Amino acid sequence: MADQYYDPKDLRKFGKITEWSEELGNKFFDYYGAVFQEGELTQREKSLIALAVAHTEQCPYCIDAYTKDGLQRGITNKEMMEAVHVGAAIKSGATLVHGVMMMNKVNKLDG
Amino acid sequence: MGATKSLKKTGNELAQANKQLEILSNGIFKDELPTFAKKIKETNQFPLRPRKLEILQINVGYMCNQVCDHCHVDAGPDRKEIMTWETMEECLEVIRNTGAHTLDLTGGAPEMNPHFRRFVEEASKAGIKDFIVRSNLTIIRANKKYYDLPDFFKKHNVHVVSSMPHWTRGKTDKQRGDGVFDKSIKALQELNERGYGMPDSDLRLDLVYNPSGAFLPGDQASMEKDFKKALMEDFGIQFHNLFAITNLPIARFLDYLIASENYEDYMYQLVEAYNPMAVESVMCTNTISISWDGYLFDCDFNQMLQLPVNSKIKHISQYNEDILLDRDIVISQHCYGCTAGAGSSCQGTVA
Repeated sequence: MADQYYDPKDLRKFGKITEWSEELGNKFFDYYGAVFQEGELTQREKSLIALAVAHTEQCPYCIDAYTKDGLQRGITNKEMMEAVHVGAAIKSGATLVHGVMMMNKVNKLDG
Repeated sequence: MGATKSLKKTGNELAQANKQLEILSNGIFKDELPTFAKKIKETNQFPLRPRKLEILQINVGYMCNQVCDHCHVDAGPDRKEIMTWETMEECLEVIRNTGAHTLDLTGGAPEMNPHFRRFVEEASKAGIKDFIVRSNLTIIRANKKYYDLPDFFKKHNVHVVSSMPHWTRGKTDKQRGDGVFDKSIKALQELNERGYGMPDSDLRLDLVYNPSGAFLPGDQASMEKDFKKALMEDFGIQFHNLFAITNLPIARFLDYLIASENYEDYMYQLVEAYNPMAVESVMCTNTISISWDGYLFDCDFNQMLQLPVNSKIKHISQYNEDILLDRDIVISQHCYGCTAGAGSSCQGTVA
């Protein structure tokens, strides 16, 4: 075990997860690959969604990978930051919308 | 941001080809990653051999009005390596007799060679099917004496291939220098006015995209679509094709990779994206590169690394196409740059 939980170099080893469970690993990568193919959404749109989700999941590997992917696709800094804000807005909205639950409870207990 | 002098001028050790080759052969390629030779042996593609000669690429000098961050030539205003008229005459003799269908002039800014126009005039008479000049666009706006270049290109039916790293000002200027974007846009508009790049026009105008940092180019067709849409919407500019070119880890780009601590990751990316299909049609298999002083190379990159052709014919004065085609291509780890993903060449992707 390294002396830190996250090592950027570990991203290169992602493919190796198949070594300890080939069938499931391959199924995952086949699925993953299929998801990011051009479909009703463009690969560019999917890349931006992935970047936003990478942030809400706070996955350093995913942020690393999809920032680079965005640059490769010619996605601008501003577009990437807007996508991150979409993720942030949903994340904070998800927190705040629970405020309704709190209000409901207050109203029930003390209304 | 933005260099103003070449590595050579500043005395950077990476200006020396042998120093670059030393870096490319040691470090991660000692124990972690396979050398390019080893990699192509796995797919029975070693030694790499030429197919048919299709392109003669002539580098008429390393002088340039720009000092782009990632230039593999380490070109700039301070570079004094310029092809003489005597060497050009030797090139013309070869151009008149070659089996190649494409003549490709590059630099530096080829237009800065004092014999450039005379050379183009003579070369255009040789009847080569596709005559390319790699123009950086800003040269057209750099000085009054270059203002008529679009007309000159048109007169000689030159195929203009120009670098354009991005359709936004910020990314373009970061890589190529302040003001480059606006001048490039103006130059493209002038070329469009002459018919260059218009749909159905025989006056070919292609753009070259290379990434502005330590990442690989995206899909060439999608990039072309994005470039066309943005340049049309923002500036009414049209062009024919976009060539997506991978930055090779040599000269100023190698210096940048090392200084920004991206070198290892970048080399991993290149090796991981290795595509044997791209090896099949990699540029060195159909091109001969000629340096400003008349020496012969497998490609412009080998020229910068001072790796001459592995043939008894070394110089334009001894040129013999049949003997030259019977050679093993000289390779090193920089070659991974041309075989990553869809491949990369001066004509864009290859696979």
